[in-house]
Amino acid sequence: MVLLKIKFPFQKRVRLAQGLWLLSWVAMFSGAITFAMGVFLKTELHRRSEVMHSMDIHIVPNLLMAVGLASVGINICAGKVCQDSLDPSRFPRWKTFLPPFFCFSVFITSLLLVAMILSFALQPSLEESLKIGLKNGIRFYKDTDTPGRCFQKETIDRLQIEFQCCGNTNYRDWFEVQWISNRYLDFTSKEVKDRVRSNVDGRYLLDGVPFSCCNPASPRPCIQYSLLDNSAHYNYEYQSEELNLYNRGCRQALVNYYMGLMNTIGPCVLFDFLLQMTILVSLRYLQTAMEGVIGQENVEIETEGYILEKGVKETLLETKEKMKKILQFAQVGDASAVTPDTQPDAEKPATA
Amino acid sequence: MVVGKMKFTFQKRVKLAQGLWLLSWLATLGGAVTFTLGCFLKTELRRRGEVMDNTDIHCVPNTLMIVGLASMGINYFASRICQDALDPGRFPRWKTFLKPYFGCSVFFTTLMLISVILSYAMKGSLETSLKIGLKNGIRFYKDTDTPGRCFQKQTIDHLQMEFQCCGNNDYKDWFEVQWISNRYLDFSSKEVKDCIKSNVDGRYLVDGVPFSCCNPSSPRPCIQYKITNNTAHYNYDHQTEELNIFIRGCREALVNYYMGLMNTIGAVVLSVFLLQSSVLASVRLLQTSMEAVAGQENVEIETEGYLLEKGVKETFMEYVDPVLKLLLLNQVTPPEAKPEAGATGTTTTTS
Repeated sequence: MVLLKIKFPFQKRVRLAQGLWLLSWVAMFSGAITFAMGVFLKTELHRRSEVMHSMDIHIVPNLLMAVGLASVGINICAGKVCQDSLDPSRFPRWKTFLPPFFCFSVFITSLLLVAMILSFALQPSLEESLKIGLKNGIRFYKDTDTPGRCFQKETIDRLQIEFQCCGNTNYRDWFEVQWISNRYLDFTSKEVKDRVRSNVDGRYLLDGVPFSCCNPASPRPCIQYSLLDNSAHYNYEYQSEELNLYNRGCRQALVNYYMGLMNTIGPCVLFDFLLQMTILVSLRYLQTAMEGVIGQENVEIETEGYILEKGVKETLLETKEKMKKILQFAQVGDASAVTPDTQPDAEKPATA
Repeated sequence: MVVGKMKFTFQKRVKLAQGLWLLSWLATLGGAVTFTLGCFLKTELRRRGEVMDNTDIHCVPNTLMIVGLASMGINYFASRICQDALDPGRFPRWKTFLKPYFGCSVFFTTLMLISVILSYAMKGSLETSLKIGLKNGIRFYKDTDTPGRCFQKQTIDHLQMEFQCCGNNDYKDWFEVQWISNRYLDFSSKEVKDCIKSNVDGRYLVDGVPFSCCNPSSPRPCIQYKITNNTAHYNYDHQTEELNIFIRGCREALVNYYMGLMNTIGAVVLSVFLLQSSVLASVRLLQTSMEAVAGQENVEIETEGYLLEKGVKETFMEYVDPVLKLLLLNQVTPPEAKPEAGATGTTTTTS
């Protein structure tokens, strides 16, 4: 049962080859663009890698880069094949190359779809990674004298300023952490001693945030300290104050940013996938249509093109058998090397 | 006294025309690049237009944009001329067009050079404009409830964070201005009353800066208030503290930024200028060498090409005279000329 049979007169074959050649150039560009987008996404993820705990999300740009490069190669081959296809003397040399080429191409093209699905599926993983990364960043904010953590303060400050966010979930995350280093606390003063004694771990906790949480759009100068104390500031009520600090948490800001990036990249990748599949299907039709011409004297006869000679199940079984035979041949080759006795037996009947 | 005389064999003329055609396309690209650079510079100047007092500096990008567009037109015509140059049948139709064309082209090409010189000459004007603009911005920082000034705070905050600068000359400019609005001051508290009584104008002056002056690279949390008071903060010495707030003034930061931009643009525009000049010189040589061929039967003779038929001064007067005559036409014609013209007219009819 042949799959999707189409009749191809000579003119239709010629037009198919020409159209395919043009399309392969467009798809090559598209593959290059996919590669570029993969590089861009990887760069953006790398820039904020200090506030990410795991690198799981990097599989999406890695896949995009690999598929982009592979698809450029695939489309170059496709262009060459369809250049040779209309010449019956040059076409047969592609015969053995084409079946594995198709398997490889279909595999690579399906990876595009996998990358798109992953970009949505890995969102919880990204969120978790950011949650832990930001929590650590806020915890080690004060450790500007500890090697390995000395840049956390600058990283978190610049992040909060650039993404207009404060803290992990919101600004109250700063209340639960000591973000002022002991080097800058006067332990002889009463206020410091009271605060340190007021909690079990002996940490200096206060209802204040760093300056990078301040919102420039606020009409009044920034209130950073004593945020929950209405009487500490004139004409101030923290429940109704909205513009003083950034309301958004940095985790949500970063997740929104990266999801926005991937939502923009998604349609381009989908377009590339559809284009690539069209090329593969057209190339298969061209190959099967030209196979009917090989050996014939009249090149301009009408032939049939199809996608699969037999049905899907039968083709799969056939491929399985072929793979088994190849594996067996490798095994038998080993066996005959171990036992040379079988060879003289084969020769005897010939001489007799 | 002919300027720039060169002999041109037929082959040399052909090669000149071909080379000129390529060069004119390159120069068109150069003109487009100049136009784009002018647009970019204008956009950058407009983005910070709120801290500039006047728009004098905008003449630089405006000139660049005009010159870019003009040079695209000039080079388009240059390519058309050299396409027709090697065909003696088609070349004569450009004859009357070429004189005004050269006049315009030389004018716009000189304008290109002038724009590069201007970009350096206007540095002082830019600095003064920024000085006044920033001074006003800092003065009106607190007026977030006054229409027309309500965005000054946000503008100055964003500027200081983006350019990593503080104040006009440096951070001390904030000490001389009341940047905290009266709406947020408790006039019943002793501290506020003392502060206001301590100066003549009754302003609330503090030795503090807004949060946008804070430097994220500092190892300690930002010290914004009581900056000059060492005892107010533990382990703090304001004379040796360098990383707490931005030390640079915003005027210096912005001037450096714009001068850097204009230096890069100036280098590119200078190379476009050289390209354009060589295109014009080549068109002139091609025209003069082809003029000798016109009317001859044998097209492949050797001719002479030159840049200027007379000296520089005489040629300049030749171009300027028609323009002056055009302007003088508006003046009253002398009365003696009229009856004379009438008398000569009658004498010719009677004779």
